[in-house]
Amino acid sequence: MPPAASGAKGVLVNFEELFGHLGQHTVDGLAKGAIYALVALGYTLVYGVLKLINFAHSEVFMVGTFAVLGTWTTLGATNNPPLGMMLLFLVAGLVAGALASGATAVAVERIAYKRLREMNAPPLIFLITAIGLSLVLSEAFGIWQGRLVVGMPVILPQKVLFSIGDTAVTNTQLLTLIAALVMMFALDQFINHTRYGRGVRAVAQNPDTAALMGVNKDRVIMLIFLLGGLLAGAAALLYAIRYGNTRFNVGFLLGLKAFTAAVLGGIGNLRGALLGGLLLGVVEVYAATLTQSNWEDVAAFIVLVVVLLFRPTGLLGESLGRARA
Amino acid sequence: MTTEEKARTGQETGRRPLEGIRNAFGGIGARFAALPRWQRMIAFLAFVAFLYYLPLLGIPGLIWLRTDSIPNGNNWAGVLFTCAVYVLIAIGLNVVIGLAGLLDLGYVGFFAIGAYSVAVFGSRQSPVVKALQERFDLSQDWAVAWAVCIPIALALTMISGVVLGWPTLRLRGDYLAIVTLGFGEIIRIVVRNSTSWSGGPPGIAAIPGPQGAPSADNDIFGLIDAKPWYWLALSVVLLMVFLVRRLENSRVGRAWLAIREDEDAAAVMGVYPFKFKLWAFAIGAALGGLSGLLFASRQGFIEPNQFNAQLSILFVAMVVVGGSGNMAGVALGAFLLGYLPERFRDFAEWRFLVFGLALVLVMLLRPQGLIPSRRRARELKDRQEEVPAGV
Repeated sequence: MPPAASGAKGVLVNFEELFGHLGQHTVDGLAKGAIYALVALGYTLVYGVLKLINFAHSEVFMVGTFAVLGTWTTLGATNNPPLGMMLLFLVAGLVAGALASGATAVAVERIAYKRLREMNAPPLIFLITAIGLSLVLSEAFGIWQGRLVVGMPVILPQKVLFSIGDTAVTNTQLLTLIAALVMMFALDQFINHTRYGRGVRAVAQNPDTAALMGVNKDRVIMLIFLLGGLLAGAAALLYAIRYGNTRFNVGFLLGLKAFTAAVLGGIGNLRGALLGGLLLGVVEVYAATLTQSNWEDVAAFIVLVVVLLFRPTGLLGESLGRARA
Repeated sequence: MTTEEKARTGQETGRRPLEGIRNAFGGIGARFAALPRWQRMIAFLAFVAFLYYLPLLGIPGLIWLRTDSIPNGNNWAGVLFTCAVYVLIAIGLNVVIGLAGLLDLGYVGFFAIGAYSVAVFGSRQSPVVKALQERFDLSQDWAVAWAVCIPIALALTMISGVVLGWPTLRLRGDYLAIVTLGFGEIIRIVVRNSTSWSGGPPGIAAIPGPQGAPSADNDIFGLIDAKPWYWLALSVVLLMVFLVRRLENSRVGRAWLAIREDEDAAAVMGVYPFKFKLWAFAIGAALGGLSGLLFASRQGFIEPNQFNAQLSILFVAMVVVGGSGNMAGVALGAFLLGYLPERFRDFAEWRFLVFGLALVLVMLLRPQGLIPSRRRARELKDRQEEVPAGV
């Protein structure tokens, strides 16, 4: 068939490139996946407790990126600042992103979800509300900030820190990975070893019983939205450092991927979100290398479908409620 | 605690006026249902006649409803055609969401498959048709006839519905949502990347309509006058409304209802959920494919990026805002979501913001949808009454 022949002009599947630089692609994928993982934690926290897909979480992340950008602009950030200023920008960006995202997440909960919970609405209603909210947020930013890609100053110029063999690790990759791991660890400790964390787990296990035992359900729910928002804000800073731009609809695809990551690892499971995020990042980079980026997104979803077929509850498939104390 | 209680009572009083509006609407519905059958038939026929008259709308005082009554407004019949296609989509998606209770966020995939079946087989410019011409020594003008493309589109979408449903319908509701969302994206990306048969990112042009490939000689289904297209789409919609209504009241429809309300109980009673869910998927998919076919024929040209995930979400919103489970409701929802953005083009910058706000408000104030299905509204009310402790 002539058309098939014409389609196969270039190299269709580039195994040489992938296996020639496997280490490099793995590191790239892990760094990419770390951002997914941080956003995925927000989905997983809310799902673990409320059994609800918080579709607006992608916009919570988007607000964070704009908060980071706004802070940097206000502080007069320029490309390649000196070390002291760089640290200031990073810390200020982190604080601003986390606060803005956290506040957005809590506001979403207060304005919309709380009322729906009082009505005991079915999940579909929550989902449509969340979709509406996410439209409102992204469109509001589209109108306010314009619909084009907004560039950001390069606060942390990429440079190779060290190499193992021919695998080069850059400073941003290392920062992203370490930040994700540290935050993951902190969240895990918080959920498993504090009073508040116990409340979260109790509500996740059985909301009614938890309420009867004196857990303030409302406050626990607000807490998980806040936590998810804070993590999304941190992810927003890492995104700003790595990609150096944002846009009013930046959250959509990233949120989709992050949610996929959460499902992949087992939604409602914190460690699962980390695993799913990192795995998804690596799979995407591999697929992008193999097929010149054409099939990157398809690969992510195919991995999801295949994993769900064999493990319908995700890789680690354990709910937040049953997480070990 | 006292402040909380105060807040709650405050909310109660705040809700009362809404309650009144709700009752007023319910009153009209009840009064209509109480009319004798022949009077309801006459009302219905008058309404259908009005729908057919709609593209010519010239009643003084109602002209402002037309989308071309504003500067830069879109062709009125063209907008009506889009609305009719949306209504068809909503009816199809309603089978999946409203009747069977499965959340499908990838419905645009079926829409795309329907559109691409007519494009790939019916257009002279598609790589597949060109390959067939060469292989079988056919003339340059040969392509699969439009009427033959319809069964092809229906078959392909039904098959893809089963292929998607077979592995995924065993998953729980929320997983199903994300997997279907992924499916919609996969279809789009596959079409975009497969230049060898789908035309790739530039898309496919010269998609035929009922009168064959687009040309200046097409006197009825031409490029300029959209009225015949609207009447065609409206007729298809009415036919499908009739068929789906029959289906709803059949054994299959009752099985869907049973599965939606309690899957385990249905299974115990001998309804095999998987089989009927698969049916819902296949039938919903076929309707989506049909609407995609109409859309592509009217456009004459399609490209992969027209079928993005946002469109899927718009489809789900149509069903839920209108009132999932009720055909009149979903049709109204689809019409509004297709019509309002066109009528209020002046606010182009703001319209999606307003759309989002409207979604949130409808869900908060009227979660059962604008015209709810009576049964679904009762399900919601039941849920509301069993609000658990400590909320």
